[in-house]
Amino acid sequence: MKTMSLQRSSRRLLPRAMQRHDIMTSCCKSLTSSSFHNNHHQQQQQYPLSTVVVGRSFHSSSFAAAYQEAAYNNDDDNELQTSSSYPPFFPYESSYNPTKPDPDYPSLGPTTKLNLFQSINTALQLALSTDPTTIVFGEDVAFGGVFRTSQNLRSEFGAHRVFNTPLSENGIAGMAIGYASMGGTAIGEIQFADYIFPAMDQIVNEMAKFRYRSGNQWSCGGVTLRAPCGAVGHGGLYHSQSPEAYLCHTPGLVVVMPRGPRCAKGLLLSSVRCKDPVIFLEPKILYRSAVEEVPDADYEIPLGKAEIMQHGTDVTIVGWGAQLRRLQLATDLASKEGISCELIDLRTLLPWDSDTIIRSVKKTGKLIVSHEAPITCGFGAEIAATLQQEC
Amino acid sequence: MILRILNYPSPTTRQCSNRTLVKSATIAASCSSDAAAKTASSIVAHQHHHDRQFSSLPHHLARQNNGMVNVLVKSTKVPRPSLPKINRLKKPLKQEEVTLQHVPSHMSYAGSQRMPITSEMRIVKPGEDTPSGIWPVFRMMDESGNFRKPDFSRHTNVSKIIPPKHHDLLQLQSALTIQYPHFKHHFMSSRLFQPSKNPYPDMPLKKEEEDDAKNTLLRAHRQMIRLRQMDEILHNAQRQGRISFYMTHHGEEAIHMGSASALSPQDVIFAQYREAGLLMWRGFTLDQFCNQCFSNDYDLGKGRQMPIHYGCRALNYQTVSSPLGTQITQAVGAAYKFKLDAMNNKEKEAAISIVYFGEGAASTIDFHSACNFAATLGTPMIFFCRNNGYAISTPAEDQYAGDGIISRAPGYGMAGIRVDGNDVFAVHAAVAEARKLALETSAPVMIEAMTYRQGHHSTSDDSSRYRDVDEVQAAQDVTDPLIRMDKFLSHYGWMDNNAVTSIGDEERAAVLRAMEAAEARPTPTLESMFTDVYHEKPPHLIRQEKELRQHLVKHNIHHH
Repeated sequence: MKTMSLQRSSRRLLPRAMQRHDIMTSCCKSLTSSSFHNNHHQQQQQYPLSTVVVGRSFHSSSFAAAYQEAAYNNDDDNELQTSSSYPPFFPYESSYNPTKPDPDYPSLGPTTKLNLFQSINTALQLALSTDPTTIVFGEDVAFGGVFRTSQNLRSEFGAHRVFNTPLSENGIAGMAIGYASMGGTAIGEIQFADYIFPAMDQIVNEMAKFRYRSGNQWSCGGVTLRAPCGAVGHGGLYHSQSPEAYLCHTPGLVVVMPRGPRCAKGLLLSSVRCKDPVIFLEPKILYRSAVEEVPDADYEIPLGKAEIMQHGTDVTIVGWGAQLRRLQLATDLASKEGISCELIDLRTLLPWDSDTIIRSVKKTGKLIVSHEAPITCGFGAEIAATLQQEC
Repeated sequence: MILRILNYPSPTTRQCSNRTLVKSATIAASCSSDAAAKTASSIVAHQHHHDRQFSSLPHHLARQNNGMVNVLVKSTKVPRPSLPKINRLKKPLKQEEVTLQHVPSHMSYAGSQRMPITSEMRIVKPGEDTPSGIWPVFRMMDESGNFRKPDFSRHTNVSKIIPPKHHDLLQLQSALTIQYPHFKHHFMSSRLFQPSKNPYPDMPLKKEEEDDAKNTLLRAHRQMIRLRQMDEILHNAQRQGRISFYMTHHGEEAIHMGSASALSPQDVIFAQYREAGLLMWRGFTLDQFCNQCFSNDYDLGKGRQMPIHYGCRALNYQTVSSPLGTQITQAVGAAYKFKLDAMNNKEKEAAISIVYFGEGAASTIDFHSACNFAATLGTPMIFFCRNNGYAISTPAEDQYAGDGIISRAPGYGMAGIRVDGNDVFAVHAAVAEARKLALETSAPVMIEAMTYRQGHHSTSDDSSRYRDVDEVQAAQDVTDPLIRMDKFLSHYGWMDNNAVTSIGDEERAAVLRAMEAAEARPTPTLESMFTDVYHEKPPHLIRQEKELRQHLVKHNIHHH
């Protein structure tokens, strides 16, 4: 488990703000040095994202309002306008906006106790029934899947929609891309995330760049590639890998990892319906061991948004997938010693919700990131680097 | 004593069948008893040495006790790595040899494998008998511009026949059907002989030639010339530093026009990179080609890719990507979508997906996965292999050891046919028939078109370093598809040298106009660098763009 800490004394708030302050005072008349001093005294309060907010102080209580205000204020653009026809920065609301609300679970109606593979099975069922172009395919998918995630789907939806493919991951990925480029929804299954590497050419060179390279003429947003990842104990080198770092290095992809049955169903439905290609990594150790009350309804969890599992004041702990179980145990131990931990589940690894984490770290002043994947160039390094820059 | 000598086939004799070798050995062995005894003793002496070396042989080859002594003769020629051979020419066809009497029985464009020619089109379906030996090449028209007769008899002397009325497609079609009744089905069903209902907008014609605006055959001819001119001018533009990169299509124009004319607009094309002629046929203008090559603000791809990476959704042509072979698996997915669409909606017009690749890309993993997927899932599609003899500098004999790409089709359980890629009519007939078969049986069909890459691989390549100039010259002067088409049209009085030259000049002027217009346009705006990565800009890209703009302002760099 990788441990990182940001001491209050090493906070890097000032240099960046000072840079902006120089530009602002030279260009903008609205800002004065008093607002800059205000920032010092408001270190203890919750800050909106500093890169968006340039030298301004916000007194609004809700983060959403502050974000919108920052998004649509044009004062910052004065410094950047080189010509009068300069396009505005925030012409639309990004669908990866972390201010989108989570589903209101109590209002969703009756729930069933399901484990992870059952909740994913339910999500696939809903995806197949709501979108008639959806197909589910991969190795051994027809009989139910080696982890039983696709059981009963073939008998319900037909052999032409739920079928086996020959043993070729690059074929699965390429076929998903081609199917989605013609307007369909393709849910391909890679049997283990350790075997996603033959498909990396298709994923990195084709899937991620499909929309961009065609000038938005063609897109393969209907692709969702599901793969079980993570250690189980006896898997060894080739049934335990967490390849999220390789995938997160590719702009154009969406990488999602749930931590339990309830969020897995919502995240999978969001991923399937997302207009960008998604790699959905499922921690395989949770397939049977994680059991939760999962609503029967069709609900989606917004992508690009992290979830604060428990609030705290002393340290921010960030994780994803099965690692959160370990982190929960650790926070319980810590709370016995009187340390109040804020535990955050990242949920979407790319594009990741840096706003929530920055806000949390500004509050607590310390950050720990923990993940199963190797430390060097792991995704924790990305979080650490961004936080180092922003806080 | 009868000796059965099993010769290990040496690398040079790889293509001969084992039976002929054994036959020759037994004949040689039975020539004279002295010789037989001599060879027998020397062979037995070798055998002991041989057995020790090749002890891992299957036992049924090593020993067989039925009254005959099976002996293994090790080939004495030890293969040594040799310097790259420049001259792959084996008796190139000369221009003066191509006459009315020249009816070739075999062809080989890249100087290596001689393939038998047939004038009977047979798509070998899975389960049928595959051709014994080398797969034959289906060809309708020879280098002299005359159509072939079925029994390899001499060409008809067309000049003695009254030529049809000037530029009358239907009369030409009926005249050809009478002269060559064995091709009747191809001529009658070929869209090249069907005039279009509406005039083609890209036929720049003089007033007296306005009737030709609906002439499909002349359009194919004109577009081949247009493609040739565009290639020459844009290749030279790269040499002058006006664009960064270019790839020519010299020698493969017949594949483009022949296959594109056999497809329907709803068929989606997955191209590799040397298929711009397909896009041209479908209606991509010279302006649009040049805009992409110059990466200006009018480029449909928003200036993000290298030149020649065209893509057009409106014309159902998928954007080209640089990694080779990745388009082949994607075409399977698209074809599967069409298959499900056809199942759900019977009234909608059926569509296939067609994927083009070279013989080099047929070695990639995606090719093998795609063939397997397509055959097992039963997707209606065409695998079109342009075997042009070279993958950059790698000749075909370094690319594969088998009989081209088409011999793999039965292995995957797929139908297949080999055609002459320099014959527009053969390519058209093969694609039309393959399309029909793919839709009827909901199965993939493979077509291997034999052709020759006359130009360099790209502007970063100098092909004189690895191939003989004479080989290229023969391809340009004799087997060139454009010359073949010109000769055919001149037989019937449709074209002569002056007409061809004037068309060339017209198209050249059009290309130059388009190029100068494209060069004058500005580059795309900075914002287009951050859009389309995702369907909407996520927060981190919004932030990144803002930081970039602040950086530009801070350092006084102006960018629109």
